[in-house]
Amino acid sequence: MSGFQTNNKVVSWLEQRLPIFSMMQHSAVEYPTPKNLNYWWNFGSLAGFVLVVMLLTGIFLVMNYSSHTSLAFDSVERIMRDVNYGWLIRYLHMNGASMFFILVYIHIFRNLYYGSYKSPREVLWWIGILIYLAMMATGFLGYVLPWGQMSFWGATVITNLFSAFPIVGDPIVTLLWGGFSVDNPTLNRFFSLHYLLPFVILGLVVLHVWALHTVKSNNPLGVEIQSPADAIPFHPYYTIKDLFGIGVFLMFFLGFVFWAPNFFGEPDNYIPANPMVTPAHIVPEWYYLPFYAILRAFTMDIWVISAKLQGVVAMFSAIIILFFLPWLDTSKVRSAKFRPLYKQFFWLFLINCLVLGYVGGKPAEGVLVTIGQICTAYYFAHFLIIMPLLGKIEKPKALPASISAPVLKEKA
Amino acid sequence: MADTATHAQPSSADGQTRRDFLLYATSAVGAVGTGLALWPFVHSMNPAADTLALSTTDVDISAIQPGQAITVVWRGKPVFVRHRQPEEIAQAAKDDSAADLRDKATDASRAQKPEWLVLIGVCTHLGCVPLGQKPADPKGDFGGWFCPCHGSHYDTSGRIRKGPAPANLPVPDYKFTSDTTIRIG
Amino acid sequence: MRKLILSVLTAASVAGLSGTALASGGGEPLMKPGFSWEGLFGKYEKAQLKRGFEVFNAICSNCHGLRLVAYRNLSAVGLTGEEIKDVAAAREKADAPNDEGLVSMRAGRPSDKFIDPFPNDKAAASANGGALPPDLSLMAKARVGGPNYIYSLMLGFKDEAPADHPIPEGKYFNTYFPGNAISMPPQLMEDLVSYTDGTKATPEQLAKDITAFLNWAAEPELDERKSLGLKVMLFLAVFTAMLYALKVQIWKNLH
Repeated sequence: MSGFQTNNKVVSWLEQRLPIFSMMQHSAVEYPTPKNLNYWWNFGSLAGFVLVVMLLTGIFLVMNYSSHTSLAFDSVERIMRDVNYGWLIRYLHMNGASMFFILVYIHIFRNLYYGSYKSPREVLWWIGILIYLAMMATGFLGYVLPWGQMSFWGATVITNLFSAFPIVGDPIVTLLWGGFSVDNPTLNRFFSLHYLLPFVILGLVVLHVWALHTVKSNNPLGVEIQSPADAIPFHPYYTIKDLFGIGVFLMFFLGFVFWAPNFFGEPDNYIPANPMVTPAHIVPEWYYLPFYAILRAFTMDIWVISAKLQGVVAMFSAIIILFFLPWLDTSKVRSAKFRPLYKQFFWLFLINCLVLGYVGGKPAEGVLVTIGQICTAYYFAHFLIIMPLLGKIEKPKALPASISAPVLKEKA
Repeated sequence: MADTATHAQPSSADGQTRRDFLLYATSAVGAVGTGLALWPFVHSMNPAADTLALSTTDVDISAIQPGQAITVVWRGKPVFVRHRQPEEIAQAAKDDSAADLRDKATDASRAQKPEWLVLIGVCTHLGCVPLGQKPADPKGDFGGWFCPCHGSHYDTSGRIRKGPAPANLPVPDYKFTSDTTIRIG
Repeated sequence: MRKLILSVLTAASVAGLSGTALASGGGEPLMKPGFSWEGLFGKYEKAQLKRGFEVFNAICSNCHGLRLVAYRNLSAVGLTGEEIKDVAAAREKADAPNDEGLVSMRAGRPSDKFIDPFPNDKAAASANGGALPPDLSLMAKARVGGPNYIYSLMLGFKDEAPADHPIPEGKYFNTYFPGNAISMPPQLMEDLVSYTDGTKATPEQLAKDITAFLNWAAEPELDERKSLGLKVMLFLAVFTAMLYALKVQIWKNLH
């Protein structure tokens, strides 16, 4: 590390009082990064980019949005029709939410494949889950703001989840609503929180990057950096790679914005909210569907525990279980590259999640109920049974001595 | 750049030039793209289509007696419509050559019909609404309007005569659509 | 690894489509006549929008509102300033209270939104046998299938309900309406309106034109959106190619 040096007097004046330049030099320029990262490592920076897009578009949308039940729907339509480029800013925000989740899901599954959550990256992984949780809350709150039919009924259904808890459930729901149904107070507080939470996410992202820079990036081989030959400086190698990734991603993102802006949306949300009429099929946004399927998988009361409570607890557990993953996974090897058995179970788990998502988007009837239940059972089995056992049973392949080793071998 | 790439082999001078050119070209294109991408955000803060569509106001002036004035709203701002009496018009015309006119303008250039004076009722100092519309209001030293915020005095043609304001009360675009209606904007 | 991208995309599309596939209750697949604004380069045909407006103005607007569209917007449909004034002035709305505090009616102005045919929803429902004619501003976005649904619905009336699927008195059978029993009587018939551009008003033509107009009402930004999109994509293609070339250059000397 060469440290930061400058001949510019203004820069050095500021540097002596606030070492911001050396910090940037240290963490965005010199930061030693494994030289073998593949394109799956682009998705973290892409998610960060989308967070900025969401904040920017969100702040400008708020300039023309009214969070009153009698004005919200029309104020969104005014943004779409009368505000200069309002349609662009709103469609960027709408589709940006879906993009954020696509990127973060890929980021999470990359993590699972390469075992990035393992020691010493447990805290990095925890902060990541917190970001994901905050995103889910933000997405839900934001979906309510246009005050269409899906906004209203989504808010009603999700807030009612809390009524499953005995004794405290109903008071909690009343508290969330600020009344006896989802109404104006609810919309106002959701708006307030929807504006707040992205900045919480931003703070968590700072912690996430801090933790990352403390323990350094994992890599496809899953072996740590051992010598300077294994690492390259972040700039220019990964700055340019990340920028190229942003270029490709933007074409994907804007393809939806310009040609299929309502692809991820629901037609019902273009009908103003009507507390007297529930739409025929309430579906949450696509990114919640696997959890929605888990929620609905429980259909039988067991002893005093109602099916409703079981579903709610299972749904929250499905995310909370992720916090324990670093210890549930007993294998000493990180990357699935060297774990022949885990690799297969990884794909099975991914398919299982996709099936859960599919089931969550369909009406709960017929064979889909059973499929949903099997997939829910498998989801938990993956973490509670398969992961602990695999570490004991599996014979991992031989690990390379270092990141540079396989490259050197190929050359020889 | 190459100096930070500690593991890069020294590249040939040719390769270096090509890379520099590409770097500059890409940076330039990226900067232009970022600038263009920011425009929709900036432009979204300009008046929206529905706001622009409301930028004219029709005023019925048939009921305003000589010596009376009404205030109407145009683009969210007060507009003074004053039916002037002959002596006010005469005074205004006489003052065309007054020495204390800070922002020189003849009364004839400020009123399409001498008996009707149409002004944007916003003090040119810092944006307060001057007094002088109601009969009981103070009208300042020159019988026109008086701004209570910082003491600017306007005459019967709405010209600044005394006080901190730099310019006359502006005359909006307006036209008589009939003898008894004017359209502002 | 490509599998991963594909599966994530599939998940996204499954999620997106599952909702849409569900909600169409009619059963019969919608007719897809093909519209000028579909596809990468598609845009509205002004003449068609104007014909569609003529149908809306003469027929639909007697019962249905278009409350999110302003009369001034009709310039995009090809109406002149004077024509827009006339259309707006044909309806009245409550004016601001006058100096005595009395509220009188005034003619519509171009800056007004389309004035509803009924003073309120209750009046609208009671004048239509208890069924509220929905506002049409967003109809093309608020129904699964969008424009294809509107087109199919307009042409989907059957004179008699099938024997095994009777519908209540006062309702009409429509193949594409969820549940098939619709309160709106069939509307389209040969020469329902006489188009100012001389086009023959067949039911199919009428259905297509009114669909075009309603799609414009729901997505007036579509033309601007697609044309801006093409420019942005062109820029991004060049810029991303440059970034890739630079990336290759920078990484060349490594390993």
